Amino acid sequence: MAKLTIARETCKGCGLCADVCPRQLLALSKEINSRGYHPIDITDQDKCIGCAFCARMCPDAVITVEK
Amino acid sequence: MGQKMLMKGNEAIAEAAIQAGCRFFFGYPITPQNQIPEYMSKRLPKIEGGCFLQAESEVAAINMVYGAAGAGGRVMTSSSSPGISLKQEGISYIVGAELPCVIVNMVRGGPGLGSIQPAQSDYYQSTRGGGHGDYRMLVLAPSSVQEAVELTQLAFDLADQYRNPVLIMGDGLIGQMMEPVDMPEPKQNTNLPPKTWAATGWKPGCGRERAVINSLYIDPAVLEKHVNHLYEKYAVMEREECRWQEEMTEDADYVIVAYGTTARIARSAMRKLRDEGIRAGLIRPITLWPFPAAPIAAAAKHAKAFLTVEMSMGQMVDDVRLAVEGAAPVHFFGRTGGIVPTVREIITQVETLAKEGK
Amino acid sequence: MAVVYEKTKLLTDKPLHYCPGCTHGIIHRLVAEAIDELGVQERTIGIAPVGCAVFAYDYFNCDMMEAAHGRAPAVATGCKRVNPNNIVFTYQGDGDLASIGAAEITHAATRGENITVIFVNNAIYGMTGGQMAPTTLPGQVTTTSPYGRDPALCGYPIRVSEMLATLDGSAYIARVSVHDVKHIMDAKKCIRKAFETQIAGKGFSLVEVLSSCPTNWGMTPKEALKWLEANMIPQYPLGVKKEVE
Repeated sequence: MAKLTIARETCKGCGLCADVCPRQLLALSKEINSRGYHPIDITDQDKCIGCAFCARMCPDAVITVEK
Repeated sequence: MGQKMLMKGNEAIAEAAIQAGCRFFFGYPITPQNQIPEYMSKRLPKIEGGCFLQAESEVAAINMVYGAAGAGGRVMTSSSSPGISLKQEGISYIVGAELPCVIVNMVRGGPGLGSIQPAQSDYYQSTRGGGHGDYRMLVLAPSSVQEAVELTQLAFDLADQYRNPVLIMGDGLIGQMMEPVDMPEPKQNTNLPPKTWAATGWKPGCGRERAVINSLYIDPAVLEKHVNHLYEKYAVMEREECRWQEEMTEDADYVIVAYGTTARIARSAMRKLRDEGIRAGLIRPITLWPFPAAPIAAAAKHAKAFLTVEMSMGQMVDDVRLAVEGAAPVHFFGRTGGIVPTVREIITQVETLAKEGK
Repeated sequence: MAVVYEKTKLLTDKPLHYCPGCTHGIIHRLVAEAIDELGVQERTIGIAPVGCAVFAYDYFNCDMMEAAHGRAPAVATGCKRVNPNNIVFTYQGDGDLASIGAAEITHAATRGENITVIFVNNAIYGMTGGQMAPTTLPGQVTTTSPYGRDPALCGYPIRVSEMLATLDGSAYIARVSVHDVKHIMDAKKCIRKAFETQIAGKGFSLVEVLSSCPTNWGMTPKEALKWLEANMIPQYPLGVKKEVE
């Protein structure tokens, strides 16, 4: 069991994290943050294996991974 | 040291800089200032912590100065006119980032490659900024090797005091001629502000803010505030740092204004004119910026005319006219291209003015 | 639960100004992590360039200097010569390093200047709006090569790493990419190695990082990384070009 925390206000919604998630657990939110971007959301926290690929790919260092 | 020695101007400036605590020198060869880097290359490696580096260009040299000054070092570079043109970008950044350093320009004839003979045709470039943006540099113009030594030592303290580059504007003659020099003992000015702004390594809680050496202010309102701050410093410089020498101006009908090498020639002319019964005087700006407008304005109250003499087509003469404010006619005599005016030429100029009653 | 991955303290809290999906942010993080892991924050001085990374001084949580365009290696030289115990790095783009600053980088390398250079190559001028860079690929369309870069007209792209590796003064030169997680991990190792080279006093180290510019390439972030892999890596082969023991 792993936990993903996303700094939604600094996410720019580029989606690079979603492309590298081995479980396809990341998707852009329908909501918009204060800077006008759709931040990334984790769709099913329970399925996250904590590999941190998403965090390593993120250009804006918005993802914290705990396991 | 503290003893009288016969030294070439360039070498004396280099030694004076070392005595003033300069430990870093970055430069590039160009005539007629090569004895400065050559001297530094001999001396600095023998001094603990000293570093001389011959840069790949004047552009690189001035940016090494930026880095060294930003790291808190006492640093100098020197060049001559075409090389100083190349340094202008870096000088503008150094001013913008409020870094202290000393720059020597042994001016040669221009434009372009010009000649390697002495000139004063970089006056506009030196006193009007030279690089881009709103800024000023303190410009010191020695007229003897001894004065070059004294002004070099002063330059480092002024640079640190105001966090602004200081330019020593000599010419090929000042750099190349040999004169007896009294090299002062090294002295530390303990009143200078500590360089708490320098980038020397930081971590949270180390007792100061993280250092950012920078001239970029992307918000126009913030940049305007920064430039206003620079101009507040310049106002203090204008008030406190203006330097000049006057000779026989009290009763002078004809006031010669000249600086550097030209002032020495003008002094001889002035004395000969006095022998002839013509009341001539001399005002010699030592700081070209800030320009000594006050003594010129004072002399304008009684002088019949001014004669500005320069090794250029007439650049400082603009500042003399601004200082005189129309109170008396301001004439100009200059030689350029590396030609040094003679005593006879200056005498003839003043004699003609006296004869024509101008 | 234990933290597996979090933002390094060597990056400030200031949000990066880079476009969405621009890999500058990844490279910033790798550099910051390397400084953090090596425990040299309080000795480190970073030199920012002119170009997209011009605001790098706002992001790296260490003392910083902002250099004129292309002059970062000269600024780093002055800084390092005053305090040789400092760890000094420059962070420069391809226009800054390989075009206007070609002289400064070459001479810093040949002097064996004991500094570390992070060279971000995205084959375009990003900040000014997508003009042709010294590293733009033959045929690549930019705003100043609208018909594609024609080598007959404007020459060929420069392979900076190979060129600098020929100089006796360089100690460690590597080219890496950040187009996927595996390559990001490799890039991190090389960046760390470059800093270790400097800490050991071995001389000039440089890591060229192939990077994307989705905005000026006119692609999505995902497409840009695929284009990088397919087009840039054949032109700019990855690997350690030089390592002096």
